[in-house]
Formats: sequence, structure tokens, C-alpha cells
Amino acid sequence: MLDIVIRIALLCCSLAMLGLIYRVIKGPSTADRVIALDAIGVNLVAITALFSMIRKSSTFLEVILLIGILAFIGTVAFAKYLERGEIIENERNR
Amino acid sequence: MSLLHLAIVSPLLLAIFIPFFYKYINRVHTGWFVLPLPILLFGYFLSFLPKTANQKTIMETLSWIPSLGINFTAKVDGLGLLFALLITGIGGLVVLYSIFYLAKDKEKLNTFYVYLLLFMGAMLGVVCSDNLIVLYAFWELTSFSSFLLIGYWYGRDKSRYGAQKSMLITVFGGLAMLGGIILLYIMTGTFSITEIISKSAGIFENPLFIPALLCILLGAFTKSAQFPFYIWLPDAMEAPTPVSAYLHSATMVKAGIYLVARFTPVFGESGLWFWLVGGVGLLTLIWGSVFAVKQTDLKGILAFSTVSQLGLIMSLLGVGAAALHFESLDDNIFTVAVTAAIFHLINHATFKGSLFMAAGIIDHETGTRDIRRLGGLMHIMPVTFTISIIGAFSMAGIPPFNGFLSKEMFFKAMVQVTKSDLFNLETVGILFPIIAWVASVFTFVYSMVLVFRTFTGKYQPEKLEQKPHEAPIGMLISPIILVALVIVFGLFPNLLSQSLISPAMSAILGSGEGFDVHISFWHGFNTELFMTIGVVALGFLLFKTTRKWTKLYGSLPEKLTLNRFYDQLVERAQTGAGKLTNTYMTGAIRSYLVYIFAFFIVILSVTLIWKNAFTVDTINRSPIGIYEIVLVLFIVVGSISILFAKSRMTSIILLGSVGYTVSLFYVLFRAPDLALTQLVIETISVALFLVCFYHLPKLRKHETRMRFRLTNAMISIGVGAIVAAIALSAHSSKQFQSISQYYVENTYEKAAGKNMVNVILVDFRGFDTLFEITVLAIASLGIYGLIKLRSNRGEKSEGK
Repeated sequence: MLDIVIRIALLCCSLAMLGLIYRVIKGPSTADRVIALDAIGVNLVAITALFSMIRKSSTFLEVILLIGILAFIGTVAFAKYLERGEIIENERNR
Repeated sequence: MSLLHLAIVSPLLLAIFIPFFYKYINRVHTGWFVLPLPILLFGYFLSFLPKTANQKTIMETLSWIPSLGINFTAKVDGLGLLFALLITGIGGLVVLYSIFYLAKDKEKLNTFYVYLLLFMGAMLGVVCSDNLIVLYAFWELTSFSSFLLIGYWYGRDKSRYGAQKSMLITVFGGLAMLGGIILLYIMTGTFSITEIISKSAGIFENPLFIPALLCILLGAFTKSAQFPFYIWLPDAMEAPTPVSAYLHSATMVKAGIYLVARFTPVFGESGLWFWLVGGVGLLTLIWGSVFAVKQTDLKGILAFSTVSQLGLIMSLLGVGAAALHFESLDDNIFTVAVTAAIFHLINHATFKGSLFMAAGIIDHETGTRDIRRLGGLMHIMPVTFTISIIGAFSMAGIPPFNGFLSKEMFFKAMVQVTKSDLFNLETVGILFPIIAWVASVFTFVYSMVLVFRTFTGKYQPEKLEQKPHEAPIGMLISPIILVALVIVFGLFPNLLSQSLISPAMSAILGSGEGFDVHISFWHGFNTELFMTIGVVALGFLLFKTTRKWTKLYGSLPEKLTLNRFYDQLVERAQTGAGKLTNTYMTGAIRSYLVYIFAFFIVILSVTLIWKNAFTVDTINRSPIGIYEIVLVLFIVVGSISILFAKSRMTSIILLGSVGYTVSLFYVLFRAPDLALTQLVIETISVALFLVCFYHLPKLRKHETRMRFRLTNAMISIGVGAIVAAIALSAHSSKQFQSISQYYVENTYEKAAGKNMVNVILVDFRGFDTLFEITVLAIASLGIYGLIKLRSNRGEKSEGK
């Protein structure tokens, strides 16, 4: 029973990914793409979690955490880049 | 190291000390320190005369590279001794002459004598080596020292041109000779000339025989200035006159003669050898003598005459090689050709050396060597005139000088060629004496031009740069000694016959016994004498009418000369190579990548097809699930969209999404460590790409789609296809079990870890990890350096 549920969930996630990738490719502005990318990251978390359930393994929990952190950092970096034009500001400003 | 070895390398050893003599004892002309050595060596080599006259050979071996069969084996037999005496004897005279020729305070004497001694040692090494590799080493040293000597006045363009030309041609031949030596080694298994001769019995059937013969002859012909390689010799006349006298008349140009003589027992029985050596020799003889008449420079005449006389000796050696076809060497009509060759070799060294020295004296005392400006010097320079006339008459073959005797023997040999039935000689053999006779007529003409245009006629002081007077006695000693030898050998030729000529003949013809050589002055009224009379008569007629027929030379188009051909060859080779390089070295990385990938595709696909290696086997295939298909779709869609992305920003983001999907693949294929690393690295590299993207220059920031190029598309599809084919084939033909079972069993047992990937990285194969850490360290230092150093330079340039 659980197995079928997981598979349905995976299918949903994949469809969501496809939609998001469409947005990444198409996305009229960069901000659209970045948000799509962030959502892809969240989707990846879900897919990895579902996967470790299928594999009945706990080794991928670290991957889930890492994706979470990276998606956050990446989105922040992108956001800063879009706003300021650079990610790490140069204090000395030569 | 025996005394003989020491004697051979002693000039090289003395050369080391010459700069010290020059620098610290500068009151004395450096040449005086050099002079004793060739005299000593001459005396030393004279002491071998009794031994070689009794057909003994002196061999001394010094180990050099015994494991490769390369040893410095010094060998003195009749032929080697003859050359060694020429080298040291004329070497001594040339050194004496150069002491008076080269001014102490104007010339760089140290380099001159270093080069000259280098050459002397190298030449002794060539003629006294039994080992072919050692011979080759000395051979190249002669080319090299000759190059240095021709370019002695390196400030002049023509010196440099002549030096380069002679270097290119002789080294070309030298390398061909090295090829011949190696072929001989393959055939006989030894580098020793003595052993090669003893093993040469069945060598004709060997398929390498003809290539070896051609290679060796190429070496000999280039060095000895045979047709068509003679062109370097006239240009080598830019060297100081002592050098021309020594190298380009008496010694170095005879190295090729020596080589041919030395290898006659090996190759001599072949008909090809007879035709090449004899034919090229005759061609060179007539070509050189005809063009010598055209020259207006004294040394130019002498250079072409040297070419012509070398051709004469070469043709005699070629004809003499036919003697090896007969069972018995006694009563053999062809041995007279060998006798004539050796005799003329000695004669040529004497009279040509003296003529060069005389030309040098004229140059030195009048300031010009152009015969159109010279004339009427007979009363001003009587001694030089006497020297010149004896030398020139000997060269022309007029009795009672030694040239007459060797020319008679030359005619005799050439006439006898027609009477033999070897190599189809009965049909074309008649050409031999005809060419020889015509060439002798021209030889007579240029010999007369040389003397009478210079010393008789009208004295033209207004055309001379300085007031001419007789040379100092020191300068005259050497040519006087040489012309004295011309007369002595002319009157008493049998002084040489048993002591030098006979041992040299047995060395050339490879016979153990001596020859009964007797050179008689008077043969009676025979064909040769009438031929000589004809030469003198027609030659005299032609000399008297020179001005009428020399215009014919002007009708030869300049484009067809061999020099022009050589210049074109060098120039075309340069421009051609330049053009060729410019066509493919475009400087654009794109083209290099095209070459690399095109070769990649061609080589791999040809190998796959040729070895019939492409196989698809589904036995090892794992089942394909829905997840893999979905992920592959993601990656494919992502990768293809990168190609069609309009902006670079989109490309970067797409690349990131492909990277994240790859990490999903790692999850799917149960590789958590890889997935972790891939995620982090992908994030960082996307960030780095963004940094690069931001710093693109504004003007060039074209937000356009990538241009379509057919070659690019074909190559990328080809690379993808070939890599896919190889991956499929490799997977389908798995031949061995994996070794991973060992790791599975021992990760915890032996290495105390449960994470197998990490245990492999730091325990089983920790070395790789160490150096990958190093790679990262280098990369980070490199980035730091690039950024830091560039900004420093920026500051400096701002400071300026």
C-alpha cells in the first residue's frame, strides 16, 4: 500500500519538476527562473526522501539536509546578485 | 689509450690551450705554438711507413661503448697512412703559411687556430678510425669545423652564406652516410670496417645492399663536392686562403674520396657502384673543368678546378673497383686506375695547395683576386710566378711535372675501360676516354688562364688597391716546398710507388699482398701520349681564342644553374613551411579542437571497424526502471536546451539544473557520498559561472544564440556517437571479474570502517586522495596568484 503511495507521490513530484524546468527554460525574467530553481531544490528534497523510502535506507538523509541548505544559499546568492550585481561585496572598493 | 690514439686527438687537446697562448703570450704569433704539432705528427706517421709497406696494419682499440659495439679503434693501413701524411704534412705547411698570411693584431687568431686544430684532429680521426660510428662522429666534426672556418670573417654576408650552404649540404650527406652505416650494421652485425669487409661475401643478395650503397655514396659525394653537390665548394672560397688551401683542396674534400676508397672492397663488385662512382666522377670532371674557365676570381677557378680534379679521382676509383670482378688481381687492367687515383690524389694535394697559396699571396699583395684587374705581375712577383707556373703546368698535365704522369695513367685507365666486356662497357664505354679527353682540354685552358692572365699581359697599377710587391719569405716557404714536391714526384715518381701507393692499393682492393707498382716516365709512342699531345694542341688553340668563345657561357640561362636551384630550394622550403604552418596553426582554439576531435573520431572509429570490435550484448544489462527514464529525460531536455539558450544566464541555470539531476542519479544509484559532493560542487561552480558572467565586458556582451556551424555539429555528433559506441562495446565485452569483492569483505575487517567509499579514499587508495588534495591546493594558489599578481601589476603601471 505504502509502496503505491510513494510511487504516486514520486510521479507527482516529477510532474512538478517538469513544470518547473519548463519555467526555468522559458521564464521571462531571471527572477522567475531563480524561483523555479529554488522550487526544484525543494522538489529534490522530496524526491530524495521518497527515494530513500523506496530503497529502505537512511543514508540519504544527509543529502536531504544538504539540498535544503544549498537551495537556500543558492537562492539568497542569486537574489543578491540580481539586486546588487555582485554576490560578495568588495569592502575596499578600489 | 695508446700513443696512436693520443696522436689522433692531440690537435683537439692542443686546441684547448690555444686561447691561453693567445691571451697570455701575445707578443708571439699564436701560429708558432701550433706549428710544432703537425710537424711532430707528420714525423710520427712517417714512422709507420716501413710497417705498412710490408702490408702490416696497426690496430689499437680503446673501449668507448663496448655494449653497443662502438669502440675507438684506431687503424693505420696504407690508405689511412697516406691520408694521415697528407693531413699532417699539408697541415704543417698551411699553419706556417697562415702565420704570415694572418696579421697578428687584426685577426682573431685564437678562434682561427682552435677551429683549424679541431679540423685537423677530426680529419685524422676520420682516416684512422676503423669503427664506423667513430668515423661518423669525426666526419661531422670536420663538417662543423669547416663551417666555422668558412664563416671565419663572420661579419661578411657572403662568408655566412657560404658557411651555411656548406653546412647544409655536407650535413645532409653526413646524415645519409649515418643511415648507410646503420644499414651496414644491420646487414653484417658490426661497426668495424675490417670485419664488414671480411663479412661482405654474400652481401649482394641482401635487400638492404642498394640502399646502403646509395646512402654511403651520398655522404661521399656531398663531402667531396661531386655533381650536383659541388655547389658549396665555390662559395666556401670566402674562407681565409690557408683554409681554402687546406680544407677545400687537400684534405676535407678528399674525405669522400677516402670513404669511397675505403668501401670499395665492400661495394666494389656491384655494377651500380661502378656506374655511380665512375659516371658521377666523370660528369663532375667535365662539368667542373668547363665552368672553371668561366670564373674570373682566382680562387673561383681553383675551386672549380678542385671539383673537377676530385671528379677525376672519383671516376678512377669507380673504374678501379671493376678490378674486383676478376679472380686474380695481378695483370689486371683495372688496377692501373687505382694506382692513378692514389697518385693523382697525392699530386693534386701538392699542386693545388701551392696554387691556393700563390693565389693567397697575390690577393695579399695586390688586394684583389679578380683576373680582369690583374696582369703583368711576372717581374714584380717572380717567385710567386714560378710557383704558379709549376703548379698550373702540373695541373694541366704537362711534362715533366707529376700531373703529367697521373694524367697519362688516367688516360690509360680510361682507354682500357673500353676494352673490357663488363657492365655493357663495349657500347657506352667509348664515352669514358672522350669525356676524359675533353675535360683535360678544358683543364689545360683554365690552367693557362690562371697563370698567364695573372702574370703576363699588361700591368694595370691603377686598378689595384695597393702597390704590389713580392711576398715575404715566410709566406713563400710553404708553396715552395709544395712545388718542390711537385717536381720531385714528377721526376722520381717511384719514390712513392712502393712506399705509399702500393700499400694504399692493397687497402682499397682488399688484397693481402702488395702490388708491383712502377710508374715509368716514358711509355713509348702510345695512345695516351697522343692524347696528351692533342690536349696541349687544342688547349693552346682554345686559350688563344678564349675571348671569342667565352661569350657562350652567357647564353646559359641564369635560372638553370644549380646554385639558383639550391637558393630556390632553400627559399621555397622556408616559405613553404611557413605557409603550411600558417594554414593549420590558425591561433584559434576552435580549429585545434576541431583537429583533436576529428582525429579522435577518425582513429577510434577506424579502430572499431578495423578490429571489428563493435558489439552489443545485453547479458550484463540491468533492468531499466521508470525513475531512470524520467531522470534521463530531465538531463536530455536540460542539455539540449543549453545549446539553444538565448542568454548566457539561462545557460548557467540550465547547467546547474543538469548538475542537480546528476546528483539525483547518484541518489538513484545508491551513491550518497557522491550525491553530497556533487550538490555542493555544482552550487559552487554555478556561483563561479555567475561571477564570470557578471564580469563580461559590456560591449561584447552579445545576448545572442550560439551560431550554428556544420563542422561543429558533425564533430560533436560524431564524438558522442563514437563514445557511446565504445561504451556499449566495452560494457558488452566484460572480460574479468571486478575486484570490488575484496573491498566489500575487508572494509571493516582490515580497515575498521563501515563506509566503503571513504575507506577506499583514505585507506586502500589513499595516495590518489593525497594528490587530489594537492591539485586543489595548486588550483587555489593559482587563482590567488592570478588575482593578486595582476592587481599588483596594475598598481605599478598606474604608478608610472
